[in-house]
Amino acid sequence: MNGPINPDRRQVLAAGGALIVSFSLPVAFAQEHAPTAAPKPPGSLAKSPYLDAWIRIDAGGITAFTGKVELGQGFKTAFQQIAAEELDVPFEAIKVVTADTGRTANEGYTAGSHSMQDSGTAIQNAAAQVRALLIAEAARRFDLPAESLRTANGAVIAPDARHLGYGDLVAGDILHVEAQVKSNLKDPATYKVMGHPVPRVDIPAKVTGGAAYVQDIRLPGMLHARVVRPPSYGAELTECDTALIEKLPGVVKVVRSGNFLAVVAQKEFQAIKAMRALSAAAKWTETARLPNENDLPHVVTNLPSQDSVIFEVGDPAATGKKTLEVSYTRPYQSHGSIGPSCAVAQLDDDIMTVWTHTQGVYPDRAGIAQMLRVPTAKVHLIHVEGSGCYGHNGADDAAADAALIARELPGKPVRVQWMREQEHGWEPYGPAMVTRLKASLDDGGAIASWNFEVWSNTHSMRPGGGGCMLAAQLMADPLAIPAPKPLPLPEGGGDRNAIPIYKFPNAHIVHHFIPSMPVRISAMRGLGAYHNVFSIESFMSELAELAGADPVEFRLKHLDDPRAREVVEKAAREFGWQKGQTAPEGRGYGFAFARYKNLSAYCAIATEAEVNRETGRPRLVRAVAAVDSGQVVNPDGLINQVEGAIVQSTSWTLYEAVTFDERRITSIDWQTYPILRFDAVPEKIDVHIINRPGLPFLGSGETGQGPAAASVANAIANAAGKRIRDLPLTRKKIKEAIDA
Amino acid sequence: MTTLKINGQVHEIDADPDTPLLYVLRDELKLNAAKFGCGLGQCGSCTVIVDGKAVLSCVTPVLLLKDKEVTTLEGLGTVDKPAPIQRAFIEEQAAQCGYCIAGMMMRAQALLQRNSKPSDAQIRSELQSNLCRCGTHMRILRAVHRAARLMDTAELTNGKERAQ
Repeated sequence: MNGPINPDRRQVLAAGGALIVSFSLPVAFAQEHAPTAAPKPPGSLAKSPYLDAWIRIDAGGITAFTGKVELGQGFKTAFQQIAAEELDVPFEAIKVVTADTGRTANEGYTAGSHSMQDSGTAIQNAAAQVRALLIAEAARRFDLPAESLRTANGAVIAPDARHLGYGDLVAGDILHVEAQVKSNLKDPATYKVMGHPVPRVDIPAKVTGGAAYVQDIRLPGMLHARVVRPPSYGAELTECDTALIEKLPGVVKVVRSGNFLAVVAQKEFQAIKAMRALSAAAKWTETARLPNENDLPHVVTNLPSQDSVIFEVGDPAATGKKTLEVSYTRPYQSHGSIGPSCAVAQLDDDIMTVWTHTQGVYPDRAGIAQMLRVPTAKVHLIHVEGSGCYGHNGADDAAADAALIARELPGKPVRVQWMREQEHGWEPYGPAMVTRLKASLDDGGAIASWNFEVWSNTHSMRPGGGGCMLAAQLMADPLAIPAPKPLPLPEGGGDRNAIPIYKFPNAHIVHHFIPSMPVRISAMRGLGAYHNVFSIESFMSELAELAGADPVEFRLKHLDDPRAREVVEKAAREFGWQKGQTAPEGRGYGFAFARYKNLSAYCAIATEAEVNRETGRPRLVRAVAAVDSGQVVNPDGLINQVEGAIVQSTSWTLYEAVTFDERRITSIDWQTYPILRFDAVPEKIDVHIINRPGLPFLGSGETGQGPAAASVANAIANAAGKRIRDLPLTRKKIKEAIDA
Repeated sequence: MTTLKINGQVHEIDADPDTPLLYVLRDELKLNAAKFGCGLGQCGSCTVIVDGKAVLSCVTPVLLLKDKEVTTLEGLGTVDKPAPIQRAFIEEQAAQCGYCIAGMMMRAQALLQRNSKPSDAQIRSELQSNLCRCGTHMRILRAVHRAARLMDTAELTNGKERAQ
């Protein structure tokens, strides 16, 4: 099965009818397969098996298609590298098209560090199989055995120097065939493009003022809209005199539907002024009753929950002597995109087109169609980059806002830009979480028993269901919010990474899934893994201290996965970790490790932190990470992701909590929701990659979030001599702990 | 009508005098670099240079800009002919989503124009008012250091050219 696909096989396929359809993508998708038990090709090829859904060659050159989106992770560049490598063409010869319901495969959401595994793998295998098809076609035309041919620079070359360009070889529908289960992939030792640090294709425009974001779209005749949100969850609009607002300069329309309120104007600042006036004119009845933010752990653990034991192992012979029991907590936290959400929509000839920075064009399309009560075929979603989102921010909501408003102005493109306070106040936050851990150590200082309980909401309220989107909840005749569901293991949601990767003779892990959501929540980078890894890895260091053991040695003692051990050892070595080390006065060392989802990338992080004993102010001084993400595509992109994860997770861990009173969200800007600034940026971050040539891509977007949090927390505990278990680890809490 | 000098060109702008510069740049002049981030002067993504100083365009009404020179990122260089600060950010791959980056570059540019050899502490202090959410800070710092070196080299080269 590994050899180049020969013409005979294609004839066999053709006889089955697969080659008769036309070279058009909608047709390719119409023939997506129902699930069967037969072996499937890898990655997203399993769901979208036609090669021309991924790679097309025509007069315009070579295009690779992905159903995933660029969020600033550098995928577009990595996918281009993969396609170029397997097609044996220069990097520049490939163009990459990202998620568009009219052009690309349905790859669901760009989430969960899945893009390299799903889409990267699909493009890699599709490209390799396309190359094999082209060789086979050339072999037929040359009347030479395929084995005698080679490829270079977009052509198939015969031993006698005859050659045919890829473009000349794709006549007909030869790429409109289903992928084989296995591909003849290149030997990683021969890689020319993959595995090398290629500069990102999107950066030049971003640093010279090129149009790079959905915010930069300017369509002819485009109007500017602003929404007016209720002051609190569930508030009812009781009165709103719009007559004066409609007379304001530039105002084209006030859109009111139930509790949905928006204004459309010719110019953007006119829309903002009108929004302010509309906001002042709107009278609301507020009914929200938010929980006590100062008592969140108690609130969370007392909400009704669905409890399940998700892991259990027992060995009565292993008994502990010393025990430790603690609880860690996390508040609601904000994605905090620097650019508030934005979308452009236009209703033309019954088709609603929405340009959006959603993470999932297909699910979002389904949601918008449901909201508009039209068939999904009447809605077209095109992904355009926005500001980094780090999960489910306001992107889908803004897309729904734009569609609902544009429906009232047929033919007119409408751009909706959320204001800062709308993004901060209405985005679906990362859920508050509580963990309780209890463990015992045996005589040899090893963990004999481990109990872990986690309380959490779901970690995804993404559309699909139109009721997930604010506009659909607010409009007259609203859609109901779909019932939340726990995300299934092995990836999990609130219980993501709740099962320890370490080997313990006795372990008991319980997930308390909480359906009730007093504060609007959804997916935030890492989902439950951020808090679960923070908890497990803080506890491992606490237990190491109880055992009188070095934290790195203590982890290795319970870790048998060789790749995990290598990552831990690498981070420790590169950091200069020494058993029995003592940090300088006021400083401390921390260590943490996790394998994201227990099945994705491995990441270990060693840190040095400083605590000012007078003020309690913590500071990350330096961090050294080691990461194993399988086969590396763009090493610099991987380093960039992990560096970013360390800084962002440090910000979450030290500073961040959504605040609210009994009715309203009160963290509504950067003053009330402070994040890390340059004065807290570490002196140095080093990221070391352990490359695994030829092994599957593991994805790296979220692998650093949990380990960074725990490593920083451990370093602070080491520096302060006191352990704080409630996130965020603020200056005030540290000061109080030191003074206690 | 308001008269504004932007990137060396004089523009007659049809905007109310209280309109923040950001909206004139983005909507009237169709410039992309200055970004809306907060509209409150809290994040720095709208930073431009006015008479050599970094200014938050989202809270600067155009009525305050009479007879002043406004420079945006577009005014520094292009993809084909990048300014040293742009080259430096490309060479250091100093972006993830990149939304904050134009503002970062303009504030750094203003610093480098008045202090061609800033210390690391001076760069950090200068950039304190600008937020990045992706955590690209280490690369941004490296890029500003690199830009300082590039500008230094460019001055030397220009000096030589003038001497000849």
